[in-house]
Amino acid sequence: MQKYSVFSLIKNAFKGHKDWEVAWKDPTPKAEYDVIIIGGGGHGLATAYYLAKEHNIRNVAIVEKGWIGGGNVGRNTTILRSNYMHDENGMFYEKGMDLWKSMSQDLNFNVMYSPRGIINLAHSDAQMNAYARRGNSMKLNGIDAVLLGREEVKKLVPVLDFSENVRFPIFGALMQPSGGTARHDAVAWGYARQADSMGVDIIQHCEVNGFDVVNGKIKGIKTSRGNIKAKKIGLCVAGSTSILADMLNITLPIETHLLQACVSEPIKPILDHVVTFGAGHFYCSQSDKGEMVMGGDLDGYNSYAQRGNLPTLQHVLTEGIAMLPFLSKLKMLRTWGGIMDMSMDGSPIIDKTHIGGLYLNCGWCYGGFKATPVSGWTFAHTIAQDRVHELNSGFSLNRFNTGHLIDEKGLGTKTWIS
Amino acid sequence: MLHIKCPHCGLRSQNEFSYGGDGTVKRPELNKEVPDKEWDTFVYLRKSPRGKHIELWHHISGCRQWIKVERDTATHEIFKTSKANEDI
Repeated sequence: MQKYSVFSLIKNAFKGHKDWEVAWKDPTPKAEYDVIIIGGGGHGLATAYYLAKEHNIRNVAIVEKGWIGGGNVGRNTTILRSNYMHDENGMFYEKGMDLWKSMSQDLNFNVMYSPRGIINLAHSDAQMNAYARRGNSMKLNGIDAVLLGREEVKKLVPVLDFSENVRFPIFGALMQPSGGTARHDAVAWGYARQADSMGVDIIQHCEVNGFDVVNGKIKGIKTSRGNIKAKKIGLCVAGSTSILADMLNITLPIETHLLQACVSEPIKPILDHVVTFGAGHFYCSQSDKGEMVMGGDLDGYNSYAQRGNLPTLQHVLTEGIAMLPFLSKLKMLRTWGGIMDMSMDGSPIIDKTHIGGLYLNCGWCYGGFKATPVSGWTFAHTIAQDRVHELNSGFSLNRFNTGHLIDEKGLGTKTWIS
Repeated sequence: MLHIKCPHCGLRSQNEFSYGGDGTVKRPELNKEVPDKEWDTFVYLRKSPRGKHIELWHHISGCRQWIKVERDTATHEIFKTSKANEDI
């Protein structure tokens, strides 16, 4: 594989950029693979990469209905963080933060990793207490957390609405300085390019229509490009999980809901951090192009539409303007939606299933992007070793049966309000 | 904006309603020994179909009645609505 560097860039510039190799091939599916990963999103690509890199399993195919970068990996708001209270989540996402740090070097692809800090605003004394508790839990797990007072927040983010006479005054914030953003397309492309170079077949425009299960063991899949056999199959299809599970006669503790995001017209640098509103669902950061990147609530009812509804967007942006009044002067450049696999306790599932050779990776709610590397890393381990890794042992499918839920927000099973 | 026909009030816009989830889920019978598996199914497991979905909505800023709605989860087309205690 061609190495990307400043020298290769200069060399190719002199040749008119005609000699660049394709980043990944467009293979015809083989009759059989050791492992098939369904879903060529961030998690699927990362899984294939770590299967090849960490476990030396290279006879792997990624089967993708659309195209690389077209699903949620290209639709999120690019936020990285591990500011969780529960041990299972904290340890898992913190491993992810380690992988993010070295990702550009590992993948030889600039993912524009930017640990600019994430600031969760608090708007009451009770919320400050809750954030102090969460911050302390994070620190016990070795995660960086700083509780900020109102004046400290004002120094860091002066553009927030600090007037006295507002419905939700800013009392302070919980900050994770190592949180931040990364360029999501680059993550998908970087993993795809490395996985391809290690022998993984990335098969795009190939939709799965059925499964071949014999005596409780998975044997292969039926796709729009023919039947493909495999010893092991991993599902990494986010919002489409319930559709594939239905083909396998499995009912899961997840529902598919729609989440919107949007960007404003580009402006000069004004917001240095990722900031979240504490009295509702709104978060905002500024991209390197200068756009304000914003997101918030789910649309609020089961949806596979991949496009949003305006009442929700209006509601989210009302919160945005309450937090950052200058947003009201900006024009909206783009809005879009992605479909989320909302689990019943708000935490993901990475586990084996009752079908031999079938592995499940789902339930990411709307926190999937930051988990991309660690989800792939632990899922690859689960598939390769046929057992869960310590880091994902809490994300079991049967926790809903045994009562070992990881309900970070304490919201229960109302997926559409979480 | 969805337009939902409340069986009590007529056609109203979506923001008068709040969502109540899958309307086909049945609570296990009262005063009966219920195995854990049945509770698990009732509390957590959902079909979450792509296509027709029967769901509950609460006309919270209107007549405050719960209603059933049959809606397509991919196109948002609403086929039928009924009172919550009626079969749709």
